[in-house]
Amino acid sequence: MRLFLIFAPLLVLAGCASNTNWGWYVINPMTPSGWINVRFLINGMGATILISVIAAVISIILGLLVALPGLSKRRWVRIINRVYVEFVRAIPLLPMLFWVFYGLPIVFKSMGLNIPIDPFWGAIITLAISDSAFTAEIYRAGIQSIARGQTEAAQTVGLNYFQTMRYVILPQAIRRILPPLANQFIYIVKMSAFASVIGMQELTRRANELVVTEYRPLEIYSLLILEYLILVLVISAGVRWLERRMGSDERG
Amino acid sequence: MNDTTAETAIELIGVNKWFGDFHVLKNVALLVRKGERVVICGPSGSGKSTVVRCINRLEEHQKGVIRVDGIELTGDAGSVAAIRSEVGMVFQQFNLFPHLSVLQNLTLGPMKARGLSRRDAEDRARHYLDRVRIPEQADKRPGQLSGGQQQRVAIARSLCMDPKVMLFDEPTSALDPEMISEVLDVMVELAEEGMTMVVVTHEMGFARKVADQMIFMDAGEIVETGPPAEFFEAPKSQRCQKFLSQILQH
Repeated sequence: MRLFLIFAPLLVLAGCASNTNWGWYVINPMTPSGWINVRFLINGMGATILISVIAAVISIILGLLVALPGLSKRRWVRIINRVYVEFVRAIPLLPMLFWVFYGLPIVFKSMGLNIPIDPFWGAIITLAISDSAFTAEIYRAGIQSIARGQTEAAQTVGLNYFQTMRYVILPQAIRRILPPLANQFIYIVKMSAFASVIGMQELTRRANELVVTEYRPLEIYSLLILEYLILVLVISAGVRWLERRMGSDERG
Repeated sequence: MNDTTAETAIELIGVNKWFGDFHVLKNVALLVRKGERVVICGPSGSGKSTVVRCINRLEEHQKGVIRVDGIELTGDAGSVAAIRSEVGMVFQQFNLFPHLSVLQNLTLGPMKARGLSRRDAEDRARHYLDRVRIPEQADKRPGQLSGGQQQRVAIARSLCMDPKVMLFDEPTSALDPEMISEVLDVMVELAEEGMTMVVVTHEMGFARKVADQMIFMDAGEIVETGPPAEFFEAPKSQRCQKFLSQILQH
């Protein structure tokens, strides 16, 4: 490890000294044209964040709705949960994105509905559904980790199923659910890069477009990775803050 | 047994239950009159907790009839809700809600299930906290209380629902010895006020003091029943004799 730390900078230096033609100027914010490029790339941030946040919100609600039948005492109700989770989890994101974007409008049309799907909603629907299978499993594990006695006590003081969930189980489970759920949000942010292939103007799409005009893939994709890195680091800092907060009022 | 005029609070007729292939309850029959105190004892795994848990449908019985206050317990959600609203339950592990204060533990049921205003629910909660002698703990979390205090909160929580019957499932088994009596004292008071109680316990001193009817269970069956005097002095069955000699020796 220590060796690597010493050699890595040497390798970079060696690279610089070779006669590779570096083109960092394309994204040099000190020059007017570089600044225009950088602004063009960073402006994709809004779309990436917006898609990710909306998809995450839908996934968090959908995941809970999928998780609840998975906790039923009745077998056939549990099967609904299993089928959804296994099916959705098995579909790779990219094919699902194609199916939703190109296929779903045809399904709608055959039903006499005229619902166009633009890249923005196509990406959100795909990310949300794909992620919901994972959030459902997170919810299920979190809820199951709350002792059965809590449900029983809630029942004996007259609470119905939804009241038991709302006032007794979820407030306790949320402490264990939130950190992995927030972690899942990082996945959504990264997976949102796939939205570029259906033409969504987010970070990756913009990088691709700039590469095509500037022919500088190394420099532009390096900046792209840096953009995701910063985004994810900010989210992780938020997650850690959240964990500390949840842990601090932990008791009993 | 001579008192036929007293109304029936709980009635079990030929109740059977299986966990998979395991026959946990075998033709259990039980009659509890209003105001009566019944103590159930028996070795672990004898099905005594299961009987109590069937009465408020925490467990489902597969055969036989269970009636509480005249309402028959069927699979139908209405009958389950109706019976649970009459029956309070105290668990071995207290099962207090750890994320709520003591006061909130007591007001949750009355407010959400009964629609009481916060004020009324809190008045009632403070009244019962007073009765279990921990009014000063209202704003603490359950985790900050001792086991004995937690169990008294659990009893108060049940009483806040105005139950007609109280079930106790080994209420002192998880407690340190020095805390057992504070819980039993509260239960004795409750008995003296005429509450109908079914208590699963190994506290035979308590049983002698308050029980109207003793029940000994073994291997899913009721082996012996009788008034405590008879039950303790002259148990008829060998299994009951053996059990009593084992737990009374120490």
